[in-house]
Amino acid sequence: MAKPAQVDLQETPAKLENFYRQMLKIRAFETRCNQIYRSGKAGGYLHVYIGMEATAVGWLDALKIGYDNVITAYRDHAQPLLMGTDPVRTMAEIMGRSDGLSRGKGGSMHIYDIENRFWGGWGIVGGHVPLGAGLAFGSKYRGEDRVTLNFMGDGAANAGVVFETLNMAALWDLPCIFIIENNEFAMGTRLEYHAADTEMYKRGLPFGIKSERLDGMDVIQVAKDAKRIVDWVRENQKPYLVEIMNYRFSGHGAADNDRQLYRTKEEETENEKRDPIARLEAYLLANNLMNEEKFEAIRDEIDTWADEVLEEADKSPFPEPHEVYDNVYTDMMPEQGH
Amino acid sequence: MPVQELTYREAIRTCIIEEMDANQDVFVMGEDIGRYQGTFRVTQGLFEKYGEKRIIDTPIVEPGFTGIAIGAAMTGLRPIVEMMTMSFSILALDQIINHAAKIHYMTGGQARVPLVVRGPGGAANQLSAQHSHSMEGWYAHVPGLKVVAPATAADAYGMLRTAIRDDNPVIFTENPGLYALKSDVNIGEGESIPFGKANVVKEGKDLTLVGYSRMVHVCLKAAEMLEKDGIDAEVVDLRSLLPLDMDTVRNSVNKTHRAMVVSEDWKNGGYGAEIAARIAEDCFDELDAPVGRVGGLNVPMPYVRSLELLCIPNENDVVTSVQKLFK
Repeated sequence: MAKPAQVDLQETPAKLENFYRQMLKIRAFETRCNQIYRSGKAGGYLHVYIGMEATAVGWLDALKIGYDNVITAYRDHAQPLLMGTDPVRTMAEIMGRSDGLSRGKGGSMHIYDIENRFWGGWGIVGGHVPLGAGLAFGSKYRGEDRVTLNFMGDGAANAGVVFETLNMAALWDLPCIFIIENNEFAMGTRLEYHAADTEMYKRGLPFGIKSERLDGMDVIQVAKDAKRIVDWVRENQKPYLVEIMNYRFSGHGAADNDRQLYRTKEEETENEKRDPIARLEAYLLANNLMNEEKFEAIRDEIDTWADEVLEEADKSPFPEPHEVYDNVYTDMMPEQGH
Repeated sequence: MPVQELTYREAIRTCIIEEMDANQDVFVMGEDIGRYQGTFRVTQGLFEKYGEKRIIDTPIVEPGFTGIAIGAAMTGLRPIVEMMTMSFSILALDQIINHAAKIHYMTGGQARVPLVVRGPGGAANQLSAQHSHSMEGWYAHVPGLKVVAPATAADAYGMLRTAIRDDNPVIFTENPGLYALKSDVNIGEGESIPFGKANVVKEGKDLTLVGYSRMVHVCLKAAEMLEKDGIDAEVVDLRSLLPLDMDTVRNSVNKTHRAMVVSEDWKNGGYGAEIAARIAEDCFDELDAPVGRVGGLNVPMPYVRSLELLCIPNENDVVTSVQKLFK
């Protein structure tokens, strides 16, 4: 089981409020993503991070944003929101608009903010994991001390290329943290139906990689663990693997309309008790750091923020037809016409 | 510029050394390229010269190390990935096609992938069904990749420099039958050959033979034989499949009015069909005969030499096919 959360008063009230705001921002942003998907303003595949917020908030809190590398799969809206990426451009990308980060070429699954070193945003399960190790390789080659957070889901942790990458990361001492977000489902297939050994942190052990199973629902504990491990990797320039126990409250993707095919309502209700936002609220209340009034004020403020982001993004036009040929190559146009 | 006679293998090695000396961001990774000196000895001596930081022996895991190279390239490094044979790059297709080729586009131009994937493609000598693929036509199907297939040491040298300095993923295919072939090479940092420029390697007026990589030499031999039949063949070396220089091909066919496309890859659905279709589309009014194609036999490569040689197009196959165009 995950390590139990410890009551911790070391974090400053300001930091705790920031955690609270960040988690609310992700949830508000993602809630609107689900809405625009249903209303047809976003298409394709779209995967929200609702329920898993504490994991990204805690882990990115430990980074030097803009210096360290972050890469993840297709559930990729939360990280850029935490890294200072323009939320309007992120939402515009999800809506396929010309002000989107990739000017409508990527969409929800392919969010990138390369200047901030958020490297996406990838759609092939497990396929980006060697790329993340390559980012770490790049910093090691240049003698820099950047740390790379390489997020993947429990489904990806079965991929052959992930095992290949773990071997090379250990062989070459790459400063890369492999973060398996175990939300218990590989799309619609429950953990015990897709993994022979469901203790996924063990996947680092055959390669001599320090590996741990950690909680992903208590943001205070997540941030503490993350800082300890990020600092260790930066100092020791070696890989690390963590299995983060979290849970997604929404479907796999916005098109997943029948969660009861793979989990019961009772199970969902039970897991909703783990809600990282409610959990932090309870902590803040218990320690007299905030009250209901303050929660309400912050929620209102963030709802307004999210509405404005959506409204602003919706003003952006769709790309021009001729742009279809842009950025296939850096230096030449592809052949044109059908 | 100094001119040196080099083998195709030496030309590639020389270019790698010069580019590694010129730019610290250039490094090589692949299976057995360092301590073992490279399966085809292209990287011979490099490990001793540059050490394990820049000449990286990898485990035998093409998807994994290709992915790491792509990630490194995204950070601005310029990896040269050696595939022990291009047949093994099949394992890395997801990384090359689904990742490297798409990154610049999916990021809306934010990220670049200055990556070279190079290695021997095509049949060698009795390596049989799993080691003899011609992969260049598969890759040339993919927008976002550049694909080149030099036929001579001089082109290999000049085009590899272009490939290493290119900010896009480049598939650089070498034919194992070419490694020992010598030619004069213009050596020097300024010596590079751009992509997308086909070469008329022999002029003629009656027929255009179009090939690339080792098939250029087959075409040249066929042209010699055809001369005895009174057919004056022009030979066009494509050099680069993507980008493709159709202007040179068109100009030639519009002059000769007949075309035969020769490729080592399986004839069915291969890149030769693409060239033939383009000639038919672009030069229909100029053609005096249907566009011909010579390609590899549509079978997995057999082991025994006698059958293997049947599969790989040779000059006799070209001559026989050409003669049909003149009936």
